[in-house]
Amino acid sequence: MNARRIIALTKKELRKTTREPAVLFLVILFPITVTFVFGLAFGGIGGGGTTSFDVGLLNLDATSPQADWSLAFVDNLTTSDVFVMHAFADNDSGHSALLQGNLDAFIIIPEGFGDSVASYYGSPFDPSAWTNSTIELYVDSGSLMAVSAIPPLVQEALMKAIFGNDAMAIGLPVEIGSPGLVESSTFTQWDFMAPGMFAFASIFLTMIVAQTITGERDEGLLKRLKTTPASSADYMISQTASYMVIAALQVALVLTTSFAIGYRPGTGVAGVVFTFVIAVAFSLVAVGFGLISATLCKSAEAATGVSFIFIMPQMFLGTFMPLGGAAEAISKFVPTKYVTEAITTLFLRGAPITTPVIWINLAIVSLAGLLLVAVGTVLFERYGSH
Amino acid sequence: MSESAITVTNLTKRFDDVTAIENLSLDIGWGELFGVLGPNGAGKSTLVNTLNTLLKPTDGSATVDGHDVEFDPEAVRGVIGVCPQEPAFYRFLTGQENITLMGEMHLVPEAVLKERVRAMVEKIGMEDHINRRAKDYSGGMIRRISMLMALVNDPKIALLDEPTVGMDPNSRRAVWDFIRELKSRGKTVILTTHYMEEAQELCDRVAIIDEGHLIELGSPAELIEKHKAKNLEEVFLNLTGKQLKEAV
Repeated sequence: MNARRIIALTKKELRKTTREPAVLFLVILFPITVTFVFGLAFGGIGGGGTTSFDVGLLNLDATSPQADWSLAFVDNLTTSDVFVMHAFADNDSGHSALLQGNLDAFIIIPEGFGDSVASYYGSPFDPSAWTNSTIELYVDSGSLMAVSAIPPLVQEALMKAIFGNDAMAIGLPVEIGSPGLVESSTFTQWDFMAPGMFAFASIFLTMIVAQTITGERDEGLLKRLKTTPASSADYMISQTASYMVIAALQVALVLTTSFAIGYRPGTGVAGVVFTFVIAVAFSLVAVGFGLISATLCKSAEAATGVSFIFIMPQMFLGTFMPLGGAAEAISKFVPTKYVTEAITTLFLRGAPITTPVIWINLAIVSLAGLLLVAVGTVLFERYGSH
Repeated sequence: MSESAITVTNLTKRFDDVTAIENLSLDIGWGELFGVLGPNGAGKSTLVNTLNTLLKPTDGSATVDGHDVEFDPEAVRGVIGVCPQEPAFYRFLTGQENITLMGEMHLVPEAVLKERVRAMVEKIGMEDHINRRAKDYSGGMIRRISMLMALVNDPKIALLDEPTVGMDPNSRRAVWDFIRELKSRGKTVILTTHYMEEAQELCDRVAIIDEGHLIELGSPAELIEKHKAKNLEEVFLNLTGKQLKEAV
């Protein structure tokens, strides 16, 4: 093993990164593009303010003698910062607007709404004397946010209409304190996704490593190196070192792009340095999987396809995709999960650098990386290098 | 320094059921320009790949500068320069970077390396193209670069596996001059080739191999006289062509 050979081979690999257009895209332009586009799409640009929903309204009780109740309800909806109300004259046009995605929700106040409220106040303790009616609420099922946010907000407006503002404050001997430890009032979806971008950007290193090694093998370059005094260790260490440098560069690119579109992680310099360290450790994982892909394949094209066996789980089970059930359990075996978890703890939760869980995550990623590089090297030397 | 540059003793190399070389023995002296001739599949490249440590002998042995190719491959790699049959080079590097990288693998001191690359490039007539990416080179240029990559460590022993295949006559002549210059500096050169004219022109001695066996060994002049032929090509055809007819 010799430092000069390792440095020469590492420089060769880094030159490839800047000179081969496909590699340049995956290593440099891909992280920038994905960060920018995702940031744009999920609120990183101009996000963080008040979210509003377009809600259609058909008030069939507007002309009844007890119309004040429905008008109070509509007034509560209208004065809310969350709803932008659009009046509709009939049921069909409201439903049509909802189906076409022009509305997030459509509310129909039935005839007799005011009578129902009046009957309640006539006999508040005798439900059998009440005249029941039902408000119809249709929510855009294509929007997860609308489905989860609108019904409770409409319910709140209805309660205020019937019982007034005081009804919302129920006196209890025990109350829940304000959630001061976790500041989340101005978060956008992008804030939750951004920590996953750091692992996401590096995932494709697996494919580049697999392509590089199979390509060099196919073109006789590995044989040529083997006729020189350079050792396998020189070659493997140079590969690993060059992808560590690239992973660090990718963190810088994701961070810079995120910052440029308004993202502000809830951590300091130490947290940012930690992010570089864990991303570099993750590059070992990518090199290991790349070596295993190269061992399994006889050509660079095949290695590209096979590398996706390792890329896809990393992508969907360990970055910013919401998980649950079996996927959550499987993700414990996916190294990217620990990268994202550590960065989320720092960037989103604002935890200090001394938080044990981030160091445990770093240890898991590092050990997984070293193990995969060792396994990949042994397999490639034995079965893949000929 | 060992007595002989290369000693091959009863060397046999098998690949599963195929015997590429069988019981081959050779002794190549220092400073000799030695040609290895033979038809396709004769075992020339197998011999070169055994001498350059890529292949291990199935039986017998081979030493290069006294180092056993099987048991001391690192030492062998330190004294040889290998130009493979298929030029292997990094497409995204320039010609100069490719040659320099090989020099760095051999730990040639930086100042020496820089000057040596410049001189070699000039000698082979590629000064105007050396800073272009190798992917843009013609086939002849690639072969010339590949040879410089093999020789940048100024090896005691150069193993050149068909270095002039596919070259135009001018490029071939330039490579011949380069090989002659190596010999004039006392280097030992093992040259495999299909071109009998090349072997006759350059080599001190040639070995003709067919189906893994050594069938003739001597200087081109000796062989021409022995077989009462007009040139080495006729010797080659007499030996390998006749055997082929008998086999058929």
